[in-house]
Amino acid sequence: MTDSKYFTTTKKGEIFELKAELNSDKKEKKKEAVKKVIASMTVGKDVSALFPDVVNCMQTDNLELKKLVYLYLMNYAKSQPDMAIMAVNTFVKDCEDPNPLIRALAVRTMGCIRVDKITEYLCEPLRKCLKDEDPYVRKTAAVCVAKLHDINAQLVEDQGFLDTLKDLISDSNPMVVANAVAALSEIAESHPNSNLLDLNPQSINKLLTALNECTEWGQIFILDCLANYTPRDDRESQSICERVTPRLSHANSAVVLSAVKVLMKFMEMLPKDLDYYGTLLKKLAPPLVTLLSAEPELQYVALRNINLIVQKRPEILKHEMKVFFVKYNDPIYVKLEKLDIMIRLASQANIAQVLAELKEYATEVDVDFVRKAVRAIGRCAIKVEQSAERCVSTLLDLIQTKVNYVVQEAIVVIKDIFRKYPNKYESVIATLCENLDSLDEPEARAAMIWIVGEYAERIDNADELLESFLEGFHDESTQVQLQLLTAIVKLFLKKPTETQELVQQVLSLATQDSDNPDLRDRGYIYWRLLSTDPVAAKEVVLAEKPLISEETDLIEPTLLEELICHIGTLASVYHKPPSAFVEGSRGVQHKRLPARAGSGESAESPDTVSTGGVSEAPPAVIPSQGDLLGDLLNLDLTPPTTTGPPPPTSSMQMGAMDLLGGGLDSLLGGDIGGSPAMGASFGAPPAVMPGSFNAPVSGGLSDLFDLGGGVGMPMGAYVPPKTVWLPAMKAKGLEISGTFARRSGVVQMEMTLTNKAMSVMGDFAIQFNRNSFGLAPAGPLQVLTPFTPNQSIEVTLPLNTVGPVMKMEPLNNLQVAVKNNIDVFYFSCQYPISMLFVEDGKMERQVFLATWKDIPNDNESQFQIKDCHLNSDAASNKLQGSNIFTIAKRTVDGQDMLYQSMKLTNGIWILAELKVQAGNPNYTISLKCRAPEVAQSVFQSYEAVLKN
Amino acid sequence: MIHSLFLVNASGDIFLEKHWKSVVSRSVCDYFFEAQERATEPENVPPVIPTPHHYLISVLRHRIYFVAVIQSEVPPLFVIEFLHRVVDTFQDYFGVCTEAAIKDNVVVVYELLEEMLDNGFPLATESNILKELIKPPTILRTMVNTITGSTNVGEQLPTGQLSVVPWRRTGVKYTNNEAYFDVVEEIDAIIDKSGSTITAEIQGVIDACVKLTGMPDLTLSFMNPRLLDDVSFHPCVRFKRWEAERILSFIPPDGNFRLLSYHVSSQNLVAIPVYVKHNITFREGSSQGRFDLTLGPKQTMGKAVESVLVSSQLPRGVLNTNLNPSQGTYTFDPVTKLLTWDVGKINPQKLPSLKGSMSLQAGASKPDENPTINIQFKIQQMAISGLKVNRLDMYGEKYKPFKGIKYMTKAGFIYINWRLLCSSSEWTLAHKNLY
Repeated sequence: MTDSKYFTTTKKGEIFELKAELNSDKKEKKKEAVKKVIASMTVGKDVSALFPDVVNCMQTDNLELKKLVYLYLMNYAKSQPDMAIMAVNTFVKDCEDPNPLIRALAVRTMGCIRVDKITEYLCEPLRKCLKDEDPYVRKTAAVCVAKLHDINAQLVEDQGFLDTLKDLISDSNPMVVANAVAALSEIAESHPNSNLLDLNPQSINKLLTALNECTEWGQIFILDCLANYTPRDDRESQSICERVTPRLSHANSAVVLSAVKVLMKFMEMLPKDLDYYGTLLKKLAPPLVTLLSAEPELQYVALRNINLIVQKRPEILKHEMKVFFVKYNDPIYVKLEKLDIMIRLASQANIAQVLAELKEYATEVDVDFVRKAVRAIGRCAIKVEQSAERCVSTLLDLIQTKVNYVVQEAIVVIKDIFRKYPNKYESVIATLCENLDSLDEPEARAAMIWIVGEYAERIDNADELLESFLEGFHDESTQVQLQLLTAIVKLFLKKPTETQELVQQVLSLATQDSDNPDLRDRGYIYWRLLSTDPVAAKEVVLAEKPLISEETDLIEPTLLEELICHIGTLASVYHKPPSAFVEGSRGVQHKRLPARAGSGESAESPDTVSTGGVSEAPPAVIPSQGDLLGDLLNLDLTPPTTTGPPPPTSSMQMGAMDLLGGGLDSLLGGDIGGSPAMGASFGAPPAVMPGSFNAPVSGGLSDLFDLGGGVGMPMGAYVPPKTVWLPAMKAKGLEISGTFARRSGVVQMEMTLTNKAMSVMGDFAIQFNRNSFGLAPAGPLQVLTPFTPNQSIEVTLPLNTVGPVMKMEPLNNLQVAVKNNIDVFYFSCQYPISMLFVEDGKMERQVFLATWKDIPNDNESQFQIKDCHLNSDAASNKLQGSNIFTIAKRTVDGQDMLYQSMKLTNGIWILAELKVQAGNPNYTISLKCRAPEVAQSVFQSYEAVLKN
Repeated sequence: MIHSLFLVNASGDIFLEKHWKSVVSRSVCDYFFEAQERATEPENVPPVIPTPHHYLISVLRHRIYFVAVIQSEVPPLFVIEFLHRVVDTFQDYFGVCTEAAIKDNVVVVYELLEEMLDNGFPLATESNILKELIKPPTILRTMVNTITGSTNVGEQLPTGQLSVVPWRRTGVKYTNNEAYFDVVEEIDAIIDKSGSTITAEIQGVIDACVKLTGMPDLTLSFMNPRLLDDVSFHPCVRFKRWEAERILSFIPPDGNFRLLSYHVSSQNLVAIPVYVKHNITFREGSSQGRFDLTLGPKQTMGKAVESVLVSSQLPRGVLNTNLNPSQGTYTFDPVTKLLTWDVGKINPQKLPSLKGSMSLQAGASKPDENPTINIQFKIQQMAISGLKVNRLDMYGEKYKPFKGIKYMTKAGFIYINWRLLCSSSEWTLAHKNLY
């Protein structure tokens, strides 16, 4: 080396030096150089410039050098695809090597090179390796299929590797079986409908045999795969459970938890009076307890899962309360989880111990933990009635500590205790009032105000107390303001003589000086009530309140069932269904516990207990059912025995509706939506006629009816212009563009199909994936045949909303599969939610007022519609066409307020307040709905309707 | 499956990354750093962190965060278990698992990680197999390698990889055949102020060091196997035999391994072999407090309690202490307020005690935190649960091995909640009267 290296930058010098060493003749020097390269790579330095030099070292018989070069290749092949081709030959050669280690190494590395050009060369060697005589090579090749699938799924399918992989499930070597299962599971995840893991009793038996002999990791894959199986009857279920139980004693906690999942699921099928059922319950407790003595990270995941298990089957751990006691050195995330489970397990038998512990925790240092502990005491009081008194006195003790956040937290939970046990613990109010001044959190202030209002007749200076809050009324948060308003009205109704001034003050503050619509409206309602009929007001405001229920925090039963099927996964850690957050898993299957033999739905299981507490679930937006048979995008990929949705029944009734709807709308469509649908209704039916008989008759008839009915219709619903849903490039020459419309009460999908391929198309069929509103085709897709190249046809497909439901993201997303004689194509499109607004969506005024008030403020969302130059009447008319009905109109300061309602096909009401100011092109819209998820889509529809 | 692994040191630098699929930018760790900043203590970083496109699952060991990046639904326990296995392997190979050791052996680390996972699927995680594939670095071997040009990567397919006993390599030879078993028990307990036990549980393990020639088949039986109702076995243990006869029958891996771990819960009465008498008082209006602590053995079956270490977090108001240990040494750190007393061995005739006074911050309100006492100790030749090995037999080989069994009891986390004499509510009342 000359001194020149000192004149270059270090980095360049280094690369330069390495290059020289890599090209050295000495083997030893070469190897050292490769090692240096790898070392630089690991710390994130870019050494890709050395690619050709490193690859040159590949043809060596030194195994370590070979491995190192392979390591390098995997990292950089992607950035140097052309160079990477140089390596192909060596791979092919190495796959023939007599040493199985080298064969396996080659096949392993091959799959890690994510370069499209190369993958094609790798199919042949991979095929050989999958059938290799050495199981070590076979098991490596199995994983390689998964790798290749990740790079080029089509190639893997075309080459038939999936079938070979399925065959490997029956391999004689357990490790090969385990890897094949793992690979198939991974492929299946990105391919939810492929039925790759088609489990039957024979394959289950093979898996169970392999389970005993493969590695711990293999056991996890096999157990997770077993959990997807549904046994035919309780006998089979029991025998699987028996063979899985030994896994509970495994040292690897992931194996244990996967085994717990299988058992929890299959247990559901066992009759409860069976001895074995009881035995199994007993066997489940110790392994779960053991998980809690592992490292904290493991404990955390275990605790999240135990939380689910305890909700589903509290009997398993009911005697194990003590293991959930918090240890001094637990990380905070473990402490919080333990606390949660302690409350779930609290019962009359152990409440004394639990309370003693909780009181201890409330004096710890960590604020979050202390708060949760205080809250837990309150939850215990509500859960275990016998303990309520002790809980209250414990809380009072804590209030005496005067630690600010403890006091506030305690007051919030005492309010809940009052609501559960009215007229029982009012003696403590005096103590609470002493702390009035120290409350600075809105929730605590609101709770305190509620208490004062509720028990105003027993608090001598209630008026003074409330008045003191009134001073800074406008600085308070909304929840405090609302509480204050209600509390003062209550006070007035209880002590009308002394507090008249106070109530007038608060009413004027709420109605005149506030710009919060909720507060204002509530103020007006009270005002009106008080001024018209004080007796009625008393009945309304001081009405007996329903008691709050025990468990407000239980997971909703259907979700719980699904989560139990996902024990041990991320879903179980987040307590959310996998569809809600796992990326890339479009249309995840909804898993459900199997039904117990003979008993239909398990009515006695604990999940039915919680009905009262859970706040009203929004109807049907969240999927309430799902079936194990999975999704329906499986038109062609599965044998006909698997079930899709059953369209035949609905298509009958749809056909009848079509008489009035279908054709007529496509006629009207021409002038309203500006869509070229006209051609379809004229062109298509006659041509279809000869093909089949029963369906087209209605189509033809409808055309006759249309001509008469189409005249003099009011302004119709807004139909968005057609957009290209499926470009020809992606669908082997078939192009589909389309839109959605609601015509005479029927939702329709209007499509233009264009054949841009070189050949004739035929055999069309269509299916939808489950979607948020259960949209499904109401009839078959009618495409006139032959559909020749360069031809375009218009097709109108009537839809109904009785299909299976699954929440989509975004809500109005629709995934569609279209089949023709060439292939199946998938695309997704978004429909305007306005086409789901039904015709009877006009609410009564009174109902509207009550509903508006009834829906919590959190559910309100506000949007701005910009650049809209309609006056309020025109807007109202336009919206009416899309079934958005104006119920009332009010003009305040030159600003028009339109109160509007609409109803979705699944019965969800949406209330809206539209502010239109003359001369201002920007509208403000507030939406309120019990299912706030829909707000965004509704707003989009508003915008679309108003601007077109 | 597992996409990538990042190693992050205590100061928040990524010092190693490994990708098993496509490369994930290290900027993904920013979400981890955010969580790290939010956590008050290093160990409070949540183990599962969601990011928009990935999930980060991490474990903290030896002050290094091992952060795994996953993209699809993978059982988190699987990832965590695997990460712990990685740490164990590093420790096994390099003696320690520190940033320096990893950096020094970066190529071996890379080779190991590459062998342990393939495309995110675990490949070889048994230390026996790994050591056949990649020889651990030793000074001697490095020298030999440099001279002869040989490598530390095995040329042969590891024999155990596919046999029915994947944990054992074939062709093992020893001149001295020996098998040692250590029964080690740890007690975790929480004791309340009155001295009664709130929870107590025993975590036991049987660690083995087996150096036997050939393919020995061992059986181990216990005097009182009923104690073991909650056990986790090494894969080598034949579970059916255990279920039926309560005998451990297995072909052992070669070298050190954990044969089983067990858990004796609070249902079976657990006696804690040490008791503590303690008294701490603060007088009203005075800046002095009294401190008095005495230890004694309890139900130790005549075995000595050794290496006793007492530590306690004193209230923040304590400025300093002036204490007198009857034996051993004590330290008090006025900054962290941590009192540690290295007692040594407990002599039942002359119980160790620590007495004296504490000076408090003048004028400060009386401390209202609950100090806790943590005790650590060791007892040789006794398993506190009473577990005893009956006999160990070997089949399948002709020679006579040397056998040995050791017992030991350790304190895991024994915490004694140590309440102040007046309860907190009384104190606040008194406090109020001052104004």
